[in-house]
Amino acid sequence: MILSIRRVAGLCLRHLYILRGSWLRMLEMAYWPLINVVMWGFTSQFLSHNSSWFAQAGGVLIAGALLWDVMFRGNLGVALSFLEEMWSRNLGYLSVSPLRPGEMVATILVMSFIRTMIGVMPAVLLAIPLYHFSLFSLGLPLLVFWTLLTMMGWATGLAVSAMVLRFGLGAESLAWVMIFAIGPLAGVYYPISVLPDWLQAVAWALPPAHVFEGMRAVMTEGVVRTDLMLSALALDLVYLALGIGLFLYAWHTARVRGALLNVGE
Amino acid sequence: MNAIEVIDVTKSFGSVVAVDKISFTVEPGTVTALLGGNGAGKTTTLSMLLGLLLPSSGAISLLGQDMIRHRYRVLPRVNFSSPYVDLPHRLTVRENLTVYGHLYGVKGLKTRMADLCRDLDLVTLLDRPVGKLSAGQKTRVSVARALLNQPELLLLDEPTASLDPDTADWLRGYFQEYRGRTGATVLLASHNMTEVERMCDRVLIMKSGRIVDRGTPADLFARYGRDTMEEVFLDIARDRRRPDEPERGEP
Repeated sequence: MILSIRRVAGLCLRHLYILRGSWLRMLEMAYWPLINVVMWGFTSQFLSHNSSWFAQAGGVLIAGALLWDVMFRGNLGVALSFLEEMWSRNLGYLSVSPLRPGEMVATILVMSFIRTMIGVMPAVLLAIPLYHFSLFSLGLPLLVFWTLLTMMGWATGLAVSAMVLRFGLGAESLAWVMIFAIGPLAGVYYPISVLPDWLQAVAWALPPAHVFEGMRAVMTEGVVRTDLMLSALALDLVYLALGIGLFLYAWHTARVRGALLNVGE
Repeated sequence: MNAIEVIDVTKSFGSVVAVDKISFTVEPGTVTALLGGNGAGKTTTLSMLLGLLLPSSGAISLLGQDMIRHRYRVLPRVNFSSPYVDLPHRLTVRENLTVYGHLYGVKGLKTRMADLCRDLDLVTLLDRPVGKLSAGQKTRVSVARALLNQPELLLLDEPTASLDPDTADWLRGYFQEYRGRTGATVLLASHNMTEVERMCDRVLIMKSGRIVDRGTPADLFARYGRDTMEEVFLDIARDRRRPDEPERGEP
């Protein structure tokens, strides 16, 4: 499949125009991550004064909250970028333009990255003066964790977009709720070992479980677990391939059902 | 080479046959109407021509390219306008045209936009969000978008629906002028008889998913012994016998 950078940039422009024209949208993107980091920051401070483990592993809750938001925003960025086209009933014109489905996928992934940066970066920066915790202190592994969680967010967002394309805008609430099904199994705030044995097996089949275990290893033991990062990457590639495949399949079936011309509210 | 070739195309949705084994060709540089009542299959046919909808069977080629297998080779040379598809409401006219200019790879985009906006009287609206325009203004923006890539083949779905008579008349004139200037082929789906009479060289009449008659407007008037397309349309819609058809029971 040949992707045209010009067309991808052209469609990105459409989303950037919307962001540029609405400071409320920008504020909304940063709002929840900021609230989240404030809540988990104070919780973390309280626990560090009352628990020796938390006192030693300062910032592990804040780091978990911030990195969870990377995955959540990655998912939301993909789903909302696609939903924008459905809400505006613009999919018909896009579908008869030379824009290919793969280019639409590339566009929403780029926009998801931009939305995630706008959403999470203010919270990351706020944690520095407020709690004397810098996510950047994780060093190079932070880049790897960020990438691995973003990939899982993208995979989930593409699966949600495929469902919206298949079932219509009635399924749009999945964009906000579906990823939370992963939450209890991701081990964001606790190790996977606290889960029942049978649930641990399910958790290890998900990339975020490997990432958050890896994050705790860096923060509490000062160990970079490359084995966890590699297994997360392998799983991410599988989920991302599934997400892209699902989206392209939903696109194809929409052409069979005639859904591309009549989508909207 | 015909601009459009449709051979035995059928589209079924479960047990419902929306388009039933239709075949037709459209010669380059002509304006052809797909005429039919609501639910006749016009929009379904247009959607299949554009590749928005996959036919259940049959073959479609536009500008010499198989639309089912090589859709992306021909899409840069084709465009489409419909009152039932919107442009992003929060984007201004300029932003919308810029985005689509990039998607179609329009060379000299600023000049092209300036020309179209002058022709379609959009200059003063360029920085207004599309959502704040009147129906007529939105239609003009949609037409500007459809003509950005100077299409060799233009497909129009009810292009003057919801427009006042003055704007509709002006728009028909503009499409005729565009066809005359560029030699483009135009296929329009409509149930506006005045539009069809005024603009079209040939008419394909659809009913219940089938093409039930075809010809130039003059041919159809003569065949049905009528003076207007509306009378021809009503004869077909109400299953009235053509004067040249034998009565029931006759050999």
